[in-house]
Amino acid sequence: MNKNLGWKMGVIVATLVVFLFGIIGIPDSWSGKGLLAAIGNRIHLGLDLKGGTHLILQVQVNDAVTVDSDNAIERLKTDLRAHKISYAEITKPDPVNAPEKIVLKGLPPESRSDLLSIVQDRLPEYSLTSGADNSWTVAMKPQNLSDLKKRAVTQAIETIRNRIDQLGVSEPIIEEHGLGQYQILVQLPGVDDPARVKDIMQSTAMLEIRQSMGGPYASEQAALQQNNGVLPPDTMLMPGHSIGATSGNSGPSWYLISRASAVTGRDLRSAEPSRDENGQPSVSFTLTGEGGRRFGAFTGSHVGDNLAVVLDNKVQEVAVIKEQIHDTGVINGRFGEQEAKDLAMVLRSGALPAGIKYLEERTVGPSLGTDSIRAGVTAAVIGMLAVLIFMLVYYHAAGINADVALILNLIILLGFLGFSGATLTLPGIAGVILTVGMGVDSNVLIFERIREELRSGKTPPSAVEQGFSHAWITIVDTHVTTIVSAIILFIFGTGPVRGFAVTLSFGLFANLFTAVFVSRVIFDWVLNRKERGEALSIG
Amino acid sequence: MEFFRNADIDFLGKKWYFLAFSLVFSVAGLFSMLFWHGIPYGVDFRGGTLVYVKFAQTPDDNAIRAAMDRAGLRNVRIQRYGQPSGNEVLIGVSEEETNEQALDRSKLLIINALETNAPQDKQDLNNASLLALKTYFLQKDPLRAGTDAEQRYAAQAQAIVDYRDKTKGGVLTSLDELKAAADPAVVASLQDGFFLSDFAVRNVEIVGPQVGGQLRRQALLATVYSLAGMLIYLAVRFEWIYGVAAVVTVFHDTLITVGAFSLMNKEISLTVIAAILTLIGYSNNDTIVVFDRIRENLKLMRREKLSDIVNRSINQTLSRTILTAGLTFLTVLALFLFGGEVLHGFSFALVIGILIGTYSSIAIAAPILVAYQDWRSNRGKPPMEAASRKESNRGERVKAKV
Repeated sequence: MNKNLGWKMGVIVATLVVFLFGIIGIPDSWSGKGLLAAIGNRIHLGLDLKGGTHLILQVQVNDAVTVDSDNAIERLKTDLRAHKISYAEITKPDPVNAPEKIVLKGLPPESRSDLLSIVQDRLPEYSLTSGADNSWTVAMKPQNLSDLKKRAVTQAIETIRNRIDQLGVSEPIIEEHGLGQYQILVQLPGVDDPARVKDIMQSTAMLEIRQSMGGPYASEQAALQQNNGVLPPDTMLMPGHSIGATSGNSGPSWYLISRASAVTGRDLRSAEPSRDENGQPSVSFTLTGEGGRRFGAFTGSHVGDNLAVVLDNKVQEVAVIKEQIHDTGVINGRFGEQEAKDLAMVLRSGALPAGIKYLEERTVGPSLGTDSIRAGVTAAVIGMLAVLIFMLVYYHAAGINADVALILNLIILLGFLGFSGATLTLPGIAGVILTVGMGVDSNVLIFERIREELRSGKTPPSAVEQGFSHAWITIVDTHVTTIVSAIILFIFGTGPVRGFAVTLSFGLFANLFTAVFVSRVIFDWVLNRKERGEALSIG
Repeated sequence: MEFFRNADIDFLGKKWYFLAFSLVFSVAGLFSMLFWHGIPYGVDFRGGTLVYVKFAQTPDDNAIRAAMDRAGLRNVRIQRYGQPSGNEVLIGVSEEETNEQALDRSKLLIINALETNAPQDKQDLNNASLLALKTYFLQKDPLRAGTDAEQRYAAQAQAIVDYRDKTKGGVLTSLDELKAAADPAVVASLQDGFFLSDFAVRNVEIVGPQVGGQLRRQALLATVYSLAGMLIYLAVRFEWIYGVAAVVTVFHDTLITVGAFSLMNKEISLTVIAAILTLIGYSNNDTIVVFDRIRENLKLMRREKLSDIVNRSINQTLSRTILTAGLTFLTVLALFLFGGEVLHGFSFALVIGILIGTYSSIAIAAPILVAYQDWRSNRGKPPMEAASRKESNRGERVKAKV
């Protein structure tokens, strides 16, 4: 018995040491301040305590689908031309909600097999179905469609992470928000003014260099008039970037731009903020080998023509091609210093595959976080003291037993937070407090049962034995129900609420160990030291 | 010390009083939910913008309202919260004003409206971000710093922000105060670019309508799954009627707690839902303790009437029930009184829920078992045996292990 008790005590002391290490690690100094700092290093505080910004973004995945199906339409047109198949029109019947659907109308009936082979060979991700009046529907296959949408979200997460990393925000969380469709959760600790970060994240940063065929025009109508009402083939009108500090005329301007682009942001190797010949902030970029070759070919054959730098479908700048350019270029135009820096940064991080919009924004100022910590800790200490004192008064010496178990319970819980890197939120602190309240339930169950057994005339050792074995089943049942609730909370909750679910469930797991195992060992130790038949102090 | 030693209260004899008590509260809550305050969804579920502002002096609600009117914001909710000495006000705009394209438009309007006497070209130090301060210092360079300017100004900005937020609770009233925290030259340089408004934004919550709907659905699902989880677990561990009784009881608790929020027109936020889910687990604890004892006594007292066994079981566990409920209540009360404004709704739900949950495990759950038994014996079926059989098997196993 004695030997048995020995190793059990060893287990308890080892647990205590391990989880104490979890809370404070090895502090630099053992003074009060040093210990506080050590705890701060080990236990991560949630946004609601530390201050910061929490955002939920919706990735507009249909943007990515639109780009893909636009390309598919271009390919179809080229191939139909190559096969000399005539058609009345190629359209998307519902470009907003179902951009993956393309309808071809007015094809000659005998072109069926040609069309089938074009779609199979050239557009393997699309399927072909026939409709009424010689019309055909080309639509992306469901599997490919969902892959494309998922890829858009993954890419958006990566791009946003690249951008945020460069802003120097420490420990950001950027992940898919499992609760909604195609949503991203972004948490930025310490960022209490999210405006600039939001702009940077939201910028799609689609850079393209295209040929400029004409402009600027004062309006779309004016542009059409200049071209006799019809746009030349394979061109489109694009608005100019009219916001700028130094541009004198801030009215709208329109340009006639080629549909095809010579190079895009994907061909960039790097982008840096720089200054143009007038000392104005600008962004210079370098192209990759492949992009450089294409750019060289394009500029070589268009010397004397205009090129347009297009950013997010707005013409940023138009310049004359004086000579062949290979792999470097400069984007000029009306930037502030910070704007040029940010633009270079978003260009480096790559384009977002789809637009994003904000669904939710929560900002906690650091002053509120500080107050919340103070209030939470005060409530925790008062609640805990009340319970500890009550147990002492009500159960006498056995109360010490319960109090030791409770304190160990808390140490294990906090140590777990330190080891696992789980964040402590304000509701999480509430979870710690509740763990104290609910954890003591196990002790009460056991002690009341022991008292009952003692009253029915059992000796102290057998009463303790019976008390623990009877209460054990009840304790398991009660813990399971609470933990089931907490797990459901964890699955459905976010941020602060998850923190609560984590502390509550782990606190109750730890309670199984402390209230049942530790408490039992202490009872056995006390009984061991007593004379046979001596009474047990349990109030 | 010991409460309720040898308690012998005829709880089942008072079941009609209990029923009346529960009905009054459930119906009052339901009535309020249906015809009076409705379910007072917070911004999490309804969507909208909330800005929490702390003022330097006692805020004047009418002046704030007038400022919001001038900014063109209609139906603005202005509400004092927290300790009166905290000078804190919550300014809210409902969903109609917030669409997803301009999610933070209302926030900017509110903050701009409060900046009543802002000088031209100066930033508000009480609402300036760390980054804004650092950028400003780098530009002004009051310390004539060399290569380590970045770190030095970052440290100065951090010191100023910390002093403002941690020592002064967010609102500075004069620039001179800062001399305690930062380099005097740095503080002096603030004069040119910053002014002090009389408020600070402590917290902003903006929830778009889409997320609000999404969260509402999820909260409902989580509650339903939680209840279903309990039903299944108890049906497996005991017998299905125990599961049903426990779930009816917990549903009763949830209804009354939500009803209390509706009656008092307190907002239900995400954390309140967390509290309610916790209560579903907690209230079950109490019920299980009583059920466990009933099961044990069914085996020991085969001759007696179920109603006597149930009464005896409740009395035997009464001491424990009241004690733990009391202790948990004590901790929750500490949370309610000292836990601060952010947790107010959460701890309110727990305070109400623990009272109701404890009451209902005695007054609702156990009588349902007895009522079911009576109904069965009226139809000539044998009394409940399955539970006791199950238990006796397991009881032997436990003994064998001991």
